[in-house]
Amino acid sequence: MTEALLKVKNLHTEFRTEGGIVKAVDDVSFEVNAGEIFALVGESGCGKSVTALSIMGLIPNPPGEITSGSIEFDGVDLLSLPSREMRAIRGSRIGMIFQEPMSSLNPVLTIESQLAEPLKIHENLSGNVANDRAKELIDMVGIPDSATRMKQYPHELSGGQRQRIMIAMAMACSPQLLIADEATTALDVTIQAQILDLMQDVTSQTGASLLIITHNLGIVARYADRVGVMYAGKLREVSDASDLYAEPHHPYTVGLLQSVPRLDADKGSPLSPIAGEIPDLTDLPEGCAFNPRCEWAVDKCRIEQPTLEETKPGKQVACFEHETVALRV
Amino acid sequence: MSTTAVSPEQQSIKPETGPILETRQLKIHFPVKRGLIIQRTVGVVKAVDGVDIQIKHGETLGLVGESGSGKTTLGRAILRLNDVADGSVRFEGQEVLELPGREMRRLRQKIGMVFQDPYGSLNPRMTAGNIVAEPMLVHKIFKDRSEITDRVMELFDTVGLNRSMATRYPHEFSGGQRQRIGIARALAPGPSLLICDEPVSALDVSIQAQIISLFDRLKEEQKLTYLFIAHDLSIVRHVSDSVAVMYLGKVMEQGNADDVYRNPQHPYTKALLSAVPIPDPKVERKRDRVVLKGDIPSPLNPPKGCVFNTRCPVAEDRCFVEVPLPQTFSDGRQIACHKVNP
Repeated sequence: MTEALLKVKNLHTEFRTEGGIVKAVDDVSFEVNAGEIFALVGESGCGKSVTALSIMGLIPNPPGEITSGSIEFDGVDLLSLPSREMRAIRGSRIGMIFQEPMSSLNPVLTIESQLAEPLKIHENLSGNVANDRAKELIDMVGIPDSATRMKQYPHELSGGQRQRIMIAMAMACSPQLLIADEATTALDVTIQAQILDLMQDVTSQTGASLLIITHNLGIVARYADRVGVMYAGKLREVSDASDLYAEPHHPYTVGLLQSVPRLDADKGSPLSPIAGEIPDLTDLPEGCAFNPRCEWAVDKCRIEQPTLEETKPGKQVACFEHETVALRV
Repeated sequence: MSTTAVSPEQQSIKPETGPILETRQLKIHFPVKRGLIIQRTVGVVKAVDGVDIQIKHGETLGLVGESGSGKTTLGRAILRLNDVADGSVRFEGQEVLELPGREMRRLRQKIGMVFQDPYGSLNPRMTAGNIVAEPMLVHKIFKDRSEITDRVMELFDTVGLNRSMATRYPHEFSGGQRQRIGIARALAPGPSLLICDEPVSALDVSIQAQIISLFDRLKEEQKLTYLFIAHDLSIVRHVSDSVAVMYLGKVMEQGNADDVYRNPQHPYTKALLSAVPIPDPKVERKRDRVVLKGDIPSPLNPPKGCVFNTRCPVAEDRCFVEVPLPQTFSDGRQIACHKVNP
């Protein structure tokens, strides 16, 4: 077994808000191996995006703060790095793609200058060399007529093309890790398929790891090797992708899988939605945060918080009743 | 197309058999204007361009398509929310596009609408109870105010909201609860048709399922007919009896939902369905997929001939010249493609 590329250990990220302290990420630990596609899934407010921003060192402080834990990337603890050294890693060895490409690109700079910028900064390439490389990158991400595109501004491109530019930018310095935070959520399905295939291709060519953050269980099923399911700031289940769908061991995972309609199901196949609402992070229930919505909850779940434990090789679950859940499924 | 041949009375004799809603050659073309004070028309966006759809009583028609396909515009045109429609929209035998204002108001009692954005579509200064009561006041459905209050409470029960929440304001509710208020408001005047425009796309997965289940239950209990507009093909699969697939203002394929989903015929439908990942790795990783090249063309400047020709994997010369007309197949399906023939 190769050493993991990214090791997140007991990460705690908090935000101070008017309503009190929000534990957006609460004791999260997981590893991403070299060359693998790892997906973090969950609904809004579960902490998946904050986890990604914590890795990138992009938590706005104040109001946010990483209060404890460690993030080890390729043997280096990112949290102890001075900001200067973190800047050298960000955008160079770790690339990131966000949901909204229009607001991530600078509207007043040409595509060429935006693409060449990371190359000039991180790789010390001269202007002409960087521009040539930028053109290669545009070709790589499948945008036709790269010579014209180089001179254009972001508003002249379609949403899918902008996201391709974001990928080109993130891949410019051949990062070892690419983080895609809801990168295809704003796109139409036919474009979404193109962009995800492209991300899979470019990372597999360079051997980079891909961390996909999404709420879409279909995307996870298609691309991910391993998955972490988050709910209310905590990881609830970490599993091989195929195993997660075949044998979900956490009640929330079970509920989530039964909530999504399937394209290949018969018409009117019943859905079993999870009852209740996602809890307010400033006012979480005692014990396991999922207990008010959980059909398996016992008294213990209302008092104590379960921690993530290995239930079988390759699978970790945070639930006192996971054995009962596993039997029922 | 003007309508003189069939009188409304004739059609309303047997409302259960005919379609509750029918559009014929519906066209909604928006002029594109330029200039600050003296504007001139520089082009036209054919948001909906010659669409024929039918919805039978008690059934759900799923209208799917990607952005710019015209699905939302079509939904709004049925309530005449954009006044540039041409062609025919018939609701229970009545021609909607020619109705005078007073009768149009009466028609709006029978057609309810549920919007996508549960934040933007509720007045923040009104209580949930007042929001649901308002359509009944506008349409003067009840004489007595206490009757309205009773009906509001009944509607709160129907959509799964606690009666005590009636005095709260929209910001005190979650997204899912707000969508329930929106549904209660749409149901208030007792409609027979509900137009749902992306009613769950702003919601989280677990909440989406709750709202879809509510739609399922209402259809059973209240014998509602739905026009369900959505881009999420899996959800449309779950709710629809029939389905119409739109692309750049035109219907590419429509028919029985089971037929279309199991055996899509139009190259666009095939590609669209294969682009949607199935949440099951065992199935998903074995699927044959058609990944379309390129982007959706601008509706300002759609391709000549078949609008899908720029991305179609099987397009031939003819597709770049001639617009394919919808042809009806033996299973009742309608497909607009030169390469698919009955």
